[in-house]
Amino acid sequence: MESYEPDRLTPVETAALRRSHRDGRAALTRRSLLRASAGGALAIGGLGTLSACGIPAANKTQGGVSADDHSATEKVVNFSNWPEYIDVDDKGKRHPTLDAFGKRTGIRVKYTEDINDNDEFFGKIQPELAAGQDTGRDLIVLTDWLAARMIRLGYVQKLDPANLPHAFANLSDQFRAPDWDPGRAYSYPWQGISTVIAFNKKALDGVEVKSVSDLLDNPKLKGRVGFLTEMRDSIGMTLLDLGKDPAKVTADDYDAAIARLQKGVDKGQIRRFTGNDYTSDLAKGDLAACVAWGGDIVQLQADNPDIGYVIPDSGYMTSTDNLLIPNKARHKTNAERLIDYYYEPEPAAELAAYINYVSPVAGVAPYLAKIDKSAASNPLILPDKAMQARSHAFRALTQKEETAYQQKFSKLTGA
Amino acid sequence: MSTLTEAPPPLAPAEPAAEPPRRRGRFTPYWLLLPGILWLVVFFALPLVYQASTSVQTGSLEQGYKVTWHFATYWDALSEYWPQFVRSLCYAAGATVLCLLLGYPLAYLIAFRAGRWRNLIMILVIAPFFTSFLIRTLAWKTILADNGVVVHTLGSLHILDLTNWLGWTAGDRVLATPLAVVCGLTYNFLPFMILPLYTSLERIDGRLHEAAGDLYAKPWTTFRKVTFPLSMPGVVSGTLLTFIPAAGDYVNSELLGSTDTRMIGNVIQTQFLRILDYPTAAALSFILMAAILAMVTIYIRRSGTEDLV
Repeated sequence: MESYEPDRLTPVETAALRRSHRDGRAALTRRSLLRASAGGALAIGGLGTLSACGIPAANKTQGGVSADDHSATEKVVNFSNWPEYIDVDDKGKRHPTLDAFGKRTGIRVKYTEDINDNDEFFGKIQPELAAGQDTGRDLIVLTDWLAARMIRLGYVQKLDPANLPHAFANLSDQFRAPDWDPGRAYSYPWQGISTVIAFNKKALDGVEVKSVSDLLDNPKLKGRVGFLTEMRDSIGMTLLDLGKDPAKVTADDYDAAIARLQKGVDKGQIRRFTGNDYTSDLAKGDLAACVAWGGDIVQLQADNPDIGYVIPDSGYMTSTDNLLIPNKARHKTNAERLIDYYYEPEPAAELAAYINYVSPVAGVAPYLAKIDKSAASNPLILPDKAMQARSHAFRALTQKEETAYQQKFSKLTGA
Repeated sequence: MSTLTEAPPPLAPAEPAAEPPRRRGRFTPYWLLLPGILWLVVFFALPLVYQASTSVQTGSLEQGYKVTWHFATYWDALSEYWPQFVRSLCYAAGATVLCLLLGYPLAYLIAFRAGRWRNLIMILVIAPFFTSFLIRTLAWKTILADNGVVVHTLGSLHILDLTNWLGWTAGDRVLATPLAVVCGLTYNFLPFMILPLYTSLERIDGRLHEAAGDLYAKPWTTFRKVTFPLSMPGVVSGTLLTFIPAAGDYVNSELLGSTDTRMIGNVIQTQFLRILDYPTAAALSFILMAAILAMVTIYIRRSGTEDLV
């Protein structure tokens, strides 16, 4: 290494320069790292400031906290939804129903697909809501149990019925009175979800699957059965199979269902607990049969004729994804008008034809038939009265129950 | 090469500068440090303090959480989830050894034998980073599918019988078994092993090999006595860069694993997001950090190498 030592340096600087030439590369050495990590550990251990921190209690204001409603002056509404949960035009860029809403009302919808997972999304917005801040969203879509938790924690605003005439008139009976929001004071369903059993005919190879018991007991399906990480769906289907009612679940019932599934895990019958990613496993045949969501099955069937589904004799689980207005939302009235708009049969039919989940709007059938005959006759999209009679919902849980149940379910799924 | 902050350009004519502005730069190093330090304080130190505080709090979401110095959370978390801890460390160790076995020959090849292919191979090593971590891991689900070529080949060669016997796989599948998770970890962290290995191998003076040959060392002896000891810094930093993230990873176990392959990262995620037991999640994170810190300290002491890069 050629050393370049300008002669105008002070002796100290020259020494530093020489030193850097000698061991500049050794900036990170074993000893220095050890020293640093020991120092870091000391610093952490010595912190006396820890007690200054804390997480504030949820605000308990009934009816939620409103901000000044800027709906009249700012003609926008910020709508957060799940990916692929709305109609898209052929170019895949615009959402026709939203555009039509904008044209009619002059309200521009800022549509964001930023909800991928209930738990994750709650983790994202919870600190803001707990601190009483605006989340920047006027309308969000959350599954029943999380909607229930949001209402319980006082994180969402009561809706104004005067702005929701269509919603009130057209809401399907099936979804009218959940025990966590009787009379739909805070929420309206975006879409309903049927949880049934799906299978891949090719992978089943003649084995018959009709119930959760078949999934758990048939040795020919060992290691090729899937359940959902959504606790209420997996446990709910198992409860029904055990002859218990998920709407009145007790701690003993719950433990019985956990024990039943645990046996399936222990003997290697259950391959995995999955989120939405079961769809690719099922299409490939790695899963022969699994607990699955109706809307997914409709879409899978379009690509793969081997996919089928069965509704067990003991019944099936129904849940909803619900539209909610979080505290401090700036455009509450606009959000309510958007909710109401989707309860008019025409936009509801357009939406149902595109996303294949259960439409919560009564009277949508004739409009849907005009767009897509097969969709209108598909019970996974429009369940008939007989099917609706077999649908069950999980009862709302208290905070304490929720923690305890989730704890047990996590243990079942391995963590 | 080291450069001085205000060294005059080497080719400048040697005329005496009227007024050497030396003193002005005295605080320059500190100004240069400032952005990095600020970054670390805001995004590392503060969150760490916050986590430490959370781990000794009690309460619930509705009541809020208060610091009660409830250290029992640590013991409860450890006694409840030690199997996942042990499993994570085992999987990470397995993946690190596999990475070393796969990465060393490749790094050796790139450093000494690749010639004009060197850059191309380096790009191939780094290329997987051009796509998302998640997409790459999902691709493994297709590669290892039950009806795929890989599983059929392994099955017909009776390798699956061996791995079944070892408890690494179950039945005639690879997905949703420990083997799949360790393979996924190995694949995802392999470049972190190869790059430091390559850097330290490439630095070895080729004349040392010639000298070893001149002294009648066989190639294997040369490797054992010259090349490998000189590449130790790369081995140490490579294993650290592989082991540490692998031990905390949860994506591979989530996508490629099953209920009995859940790692500590999965537990922390579940505790934090699903059960909303923030204290336990924070305590688990700290235990993991402490465990890794302790193991790394012992490892660096034992490895007997001075330089780490």
